[in-house]
Amino acid sequence: MRTASDVGIVGYGAYIPMYRIKAKEIARIWNVVQVPIEEKSVVGLDEDSITMAVEAAKNALKRANIDPRDIGSVRLGTESKPYAVKPSATIVAEVLGITPNTLAADLEFACKAGTEGLQSSIALVASGMVRYALAIGVDTAQGRPKDALEYTAGCGAAAYILSTKSHETLAYIEGSHSYVTDTPDFWRREGRFYPMHTGRFTGEPAYFKHIINAAKGLMEELGLKATDFNYAVFHQPNVKFPLTAARRLGFNMDQVKPGLLCDRIGNTYAAAMLIGLANILDMAKPGERILAVSFGSGAGSDAFSIVVQDAIEARRDLAPKVADYLGRRKYLDYAKYLIHRGKIRMR
Amino acid sequence: MREVAIVGIGYTKIGELWERSLRDLFVEASLRALEDAGIDDVDALYVGNMMSGTLQEQEHLGALLAGYIGHPGIAAAKIEAACASGGVSLHQAYMAVASGLYDVVLAGGVEKMTDRLTPDVTFSLAMADDMEYTIYSGVTFVGLNALVYRLYMHKYGVKQEDIANFAVLMHENAVNTPHARFRRRVKLEDVLRSPLIADPIHLLECAPISDGAAVLVLTTLERAKKLTDTPIVIRASAVATDYLSIYERDDMLSLRATVLASRKAYKQAKLEPKDINVLEVHDAFTILGILALEDLGFAERGRGAVLVKEGEIAPDGRVPTNTMGGLKARGHPVGATGIYQAIDAILQLRGDAGKNQVPNAENALLQSTGGVGGTVAIHILSRAD
Amino acid sequence: MCMSVPRYWRERAYRYRLVGTECLSCGRRYYPPRRVCPVCHSRNLVEVKLPERGVVVTYTIIRSPPRGYEKYAPYAIAVVELLDGTKVLAQLTDIDLSEVEIGMEVEAVFRKIREDGEEGIIEYGVKFRPRLTGH
Repeated sequence: MRTASDVGIVGYGAYIPMYRIKAKEIARIWNVVQVPIEEKSVVGLDEDSITMAVEAAKNALKRANIDPRDIGSVRLGTESKPYAVKPSATIVAEVLGITPNTLAADLEFACKAGTEGLQSSIALVASGMVRYALAIGVDTAQGRPKDALEYTAGCGAAAYILSTKSHETLAYIEGSHSYVTDTPDFWRREGRFYPMHTGRFTGEPAYFKHIINAAKGLMEELGLKATDFNYAVFHQPNVKFPLTAARRLGFNMDQVKPGLLCDRIGNTYAAAMLIGLANILDMAKPGERILAVSFGSGAGSDAFSIVVQDAIEARRDLAPKVADYLGRRKYLDYAKYLIHRGKIRMR
Repeated sequence: MREVAIVGIGYTKIGELWERSLRDLFVEASLRALEDAGIDDVDALYVGNMMSGTLQEQEHLGALLAGYIGHPGIAAAKIEAACASGGVSLHQAYMAVASGLYDVVLAGGVEKMTDRLTPDVTFSLAMADDMEYTIYSGVTFVGLNALVYRLYMHKYGVKQEDIANFAVLMHENAVNTPHARFRRRVKLEDVLRSPLIADPIHLLECAPISDGAAVLVLTTLERAKKLTDTPIVIRASAVATDYLSIYERDDMLSLRATVLASRKAYKQAKLEPKDINVLEVHDAFTILGILALEDLGFAERGRGAVLVKEGEIAPDGRVPTNTMGGLKARGHPVGATGIYQAIDAILQLRGDAGKNQVPNAENALLQSTGGVGGTVAIHILSRAD
Repeated sequence: MCMSVPRYWRERAYRYRLVGTECLSCGRRYYPPRRVCPVCHSRNLVEVKLPERGVVVTYTIIRSPPRGYEKYAPYAIAVVELLDGTKVLAQLTDIDLSEVEIGMEVEAVFRKIREDGEEGIIEYGVKFRPRLTGH
């Protein structure tokens, strides 16, 4: 998909909470030998998707260096809304000083909710409806104790501010492609606390089919091949899936590594690909091209081709980088982890 | 203005009084005060109380208690100024008599705290500060004092043990006080080993959550002389306020309301700190006792703890302070505390203080503090003879 | 124990964004906001966004928390002097209690303050954490 007028990223920011739990610490509790990742991020007691979204968006605003009141749309994509009914986006908009003359909504598409926000923000900007649009992907992902997801369900946020392409653009979005089918690989029923998944069915018919078709669709549309990209970042529910997808699409490790953070923060769901992309933007040079592909269960993928612009050099240091958050770590044992994730009933 | 005297005192024991209600306590204290005065014609009643609304779900204490002490019909009202409610109640009663409006006025105070769990009392006490902003942070009332305590040690290089010593002396004084909450000695190491409530404040540096009621009978000095041989004259009554929250103040280590009210009071009484024989300070926490000594003019800034260390504030010292045990050990039933301070001082001035009697006590100064000095009421009482 | 929803909502801008007031006559700044300058008595005060960085002037650790804050105890509370000299009081977060010290540099973050049980409103506000980076 291409837009009538060119759209780019004018601000981006990520947030990762400081707490971590080693996958081996979880494995110790359940007498499991092998673990899928090294460690994952865990929220503090006073954090939730809203507070994380605020910090990521604040970082994006610092880099964009714009008046928050010029933002006309806030899209917050998450599957861990603190309120089942009542928008989180309005709280974020209020904290950032974007209210009241703005659109604000929460989006849900499992782990693709963040890039759904990106897609609709692109459309809002390209149509001229709004000058700046803020898209946030955030999650405090819940994994059922002893389930495979418990090792990887992490916490984090990433925010992007979009506008029409100008000399202020940090990275230009040259095209996108979305690919969606009805594929029940993972879900959470209304009122239930933990999600369900379908084991190996989450692989080929779900993750790989959608990621690869979205990426291929985009590359065909733009006439690009894997070697035209300097970086590729994919949704990362674990380390293995994105590496396999990359290989099948013809990418090598050097292209994938900078955006692959799952081993260190786990799967941050709606934020996962977007934090990886932020990490790439923290280091990429002007002119470099990035393939970014999300995946949301249920299922679908959004693929983007992004070209880094000159303005990024002067802006990327205006806010904390992904590496700053990665370097800030405090480890929890499993008991503390249960408290942080509200799994011990206190009332 | 007419000269005003105190002719009667009445009070309950302070403690966890499970079998006594708020009104029981107040009625007992009032009846004793009226018996002590030998009169029963009352024109007005002021009841110092902070938390009847939140802890007892009862307001309108003025009319409620006026009726239960046998005087429905009199002018009556609850006076609330957080922990200074008692001191401000006395101030109101003083003005009422001094102005000529009323001849006999009861200045009372009551607090029934122990019916509720500690977190509820903690929340309720915190209402002494700004709920919308300050308390919203999760700070407690102890915590606000702890912020001052930490800064005090940091700025003046004073050791905690020198501040905590205040509590040891209070317990020592309370041993001989029949109405005190804690009639037992504690050692400095007991204080410093007691649980931390809000660092650096330990449990034994805090005044205990207590029930109690105390009442004074005020009338003109002229009438007082006919009623008793030992009328106690109110030489000064002053109230001052400050920014409610400590961080709004330029100087967090001085309670400006204490300075303002005490300077007014010294002027009214035509007395100086050196003329004061008995001092009652609002030691809800040890640090508040130390700050009071400084702000009232008994010690240089940063030197309050030296007075304690050198024995100057003991009953046989230069500035006998809280000779009945203070808030710390006599007890701190919040809205009644300012009245208990007056009673403890009056026992000294009358020569009824027993083993802790200060010889030739003539002038007493009382400091009743609300919040962390948001309100301070100062009274100077003297023997009328 | 949470405050009523309208009461929480009414002050949201001040609580969320660290907005205070500045006296246009004498230049003093106030948090929480005031309509009258208590120093020069001017009524000419305007809202001002306060700096989000500062240093710890004094602190305590709350170990006996009030109703509604039990979940977070023990936690640190500090008086923070912001870069413009305005003092605020807030909880410290993302910090080991043993690391708190007078003079440490901190920055404002947006966090949960209280929750009205599992069904009621979530109250948010400003806390401070150790400064993350040079930004």
